[in-house]
Amino acid sequence: MRPALASILGFALFAAGPAQAADPRLVPDVSSRAIDIQYSFTGEELLLFGAILYPGQRLPDDRADIVVVLKGPVRPIVLREKRRVAGIWVNANSIRLRTSPGFYAIGSSRPIDKLVDERTAAIFELGLDNLSMSPAGFSEARKLARFESGLIDLYRRSGLFYENPGAVEITEGVLYRARIPVPARVPVGTYRAETYLISRGRVLAVASRDVQIRKAGFERFVALAAQRHGFLYGLTAVALSLLLGYGASAIFRRR
Amino acid sequence: MDLYLPVANLSVNALVIVLLGGGVGFLSGMFGVGGGFLTTPLLIFYGIPPTVAAASAATQVTGASVSGALAHFERGGVDVRMGAVLIAGGLLGSLIGAGLFELLTAWGQIDTAINILYVALLGSVGGLMAREAWGALRAARAGLPAPARKRRHHPMVANLPLRWRFYRSGLYISPLAPLILGMLVGILTMLLGVGGGFIMVPAMLYLLGMGTQVVVGTSLFQILFVTIATTMVHAMTTGAVDIVLAGLLLLGSVTGAQFGARFAQKVKPEYLRMALAAIVLLVAARMAVGLFIRPDEIYTVQ
Repeated sequence: MRPALASILGFALFAAGPAQAADPRLVPDVSSRAIDIQYSFTGEELLLFGAILYPGQRLPDDRADIVVVLKGPVRPIVLREKRRVAGIWVNANSIRLRTSPGFYAIGSSRPIDKLVDERTAAIFELGLDNLSMSPAGFSEARKLARFESGLIDLYRRSGLFYENPGAVEITEGVLYRARIPVPARVPVGTYRAETYLISRGRVLAVASRDVQIRKAGFERFVALAAQRHGFLYGLTAVALSLLLGYGASAIFRRR
Repeated sequence: MDLYLPVANLSVNALVIVLLGGGVGFLSGMFGVGGGFLTTPLLIFYGIPPTVAAASAATQVTGASVSGALAHFERGGVDVRMGAVLIAGGLLGSLIGAGLFELLTAWGQIDTAINILYVALLGSVGGLMAREAWGALRAARAGLPAPARKRRHHPMVANLPLRWRFYRSGLYISPLAPLILGMLVGILTMLLGVGGGFIMVPAMLYLLGMGTQVVVGTSLFQILFVTIATTMVHAMTTGAVDIVLAGLLLLGSVTGAQFGARFAQKVKPEYLRMALAAIVLLVAARMAVGLFIRPDEIYTVQ
């Protein structure tokens, strides 16, 4: 009876997904665990790389694919839509999204729709169209879809959303690497770099690493001061402007 | 040279910002205005969020007006009593402005409101200035003396209760008039990041009927204190003052202003006023166009 139970359990685990012993494992890493935003920060390229460990070091016959996702912290946003009202363009419509990621980049070795079916892609939130942003309150599906595609388009053009179906390069079936561009406008916070191993439409393994994106040095000091010590920060700004204004005229007058 | 702005959360080309400040400073030194009405729209065109642009421009105007205010003060060109009333109104106005700012932001209409206010204000003030400068130019061409303006305050001002004497301005009027004027300009400073000299000076001349010798000094005196107050209110409410951005603008504008002031001495004042009117109208036209054409971004995130 025991072996039977074990095999049933084993089958259940197998069906349930990635945590199965006979399945391959992923050993992921990122080129830097922390990105510091400093005075000359104009964006950076993050390298997501790692190895696929197959049980018994044996490569399977059919090739497996890799998907990497770099996802920024989610936050609630209000998304507004401009319309022409009485000749001028004003914000006319809006929706609230409670979990909108400030950054989302996905790279894969082949297009996502060739790797998994729609349901699996939706479960693992693979692809820009599969992000679940939890709209607050009731809104009809068509309006929601219009707003979401508006947001995706906006963020894609500013580099905050990024999709590249050829980003992942797999060497010898075991080593993978992908470059993800991180633009200067990224929000700060804890990012998650996730790697998915996919074969025959199934997610075989998932692994993730955290990446910190933070302001550092002077920039961090200024941003914190502006947030937490508004009064002193304001006084400093005023003092700076008075000093520069007065200083310049004093220098020029002496000439 | 790229530089990251810690409050605006984006990288800008530092040289462009310094040059922008320099250009505005040159004009402000030449015309004796703070230049906030140019800085804010230019920063918005460059891609700085409107809130940060308005807040940081107000900080820059402080620096642009300090030396002028001091110079006029030493020369006795400031009616301190009138200035104090205007400033009191301005403080009130900046608090009202902060409330409006929050309300409009919650409604999602702050950008449109800023745009419409700019178009209306700059359009009307620019139009008035152009008409006056044109008249003065024609008179100068014909060899006639410029038409003398009757110095009298507006009948509405005369009807207000309670009267104070403002010796330096040569006025005996109700303090409510400058208080309300200061308040309105304070609201604009908070919303638009303008010092408001381009409204204050004509209003002092034509509404209050102040003597010309104290108008510019008193206006600068008021602008200095009200922009200080606005910077403080912004720092404590919206948190949108970017000290790096303001510093870059100041570096350019304080030097530019010195050159502008020198240049102004070589040019006839009628031409100067005509040029200023043209610039003001140009900015107004650009903002008006922005209201009517389809914007680049239909969707915005807040």
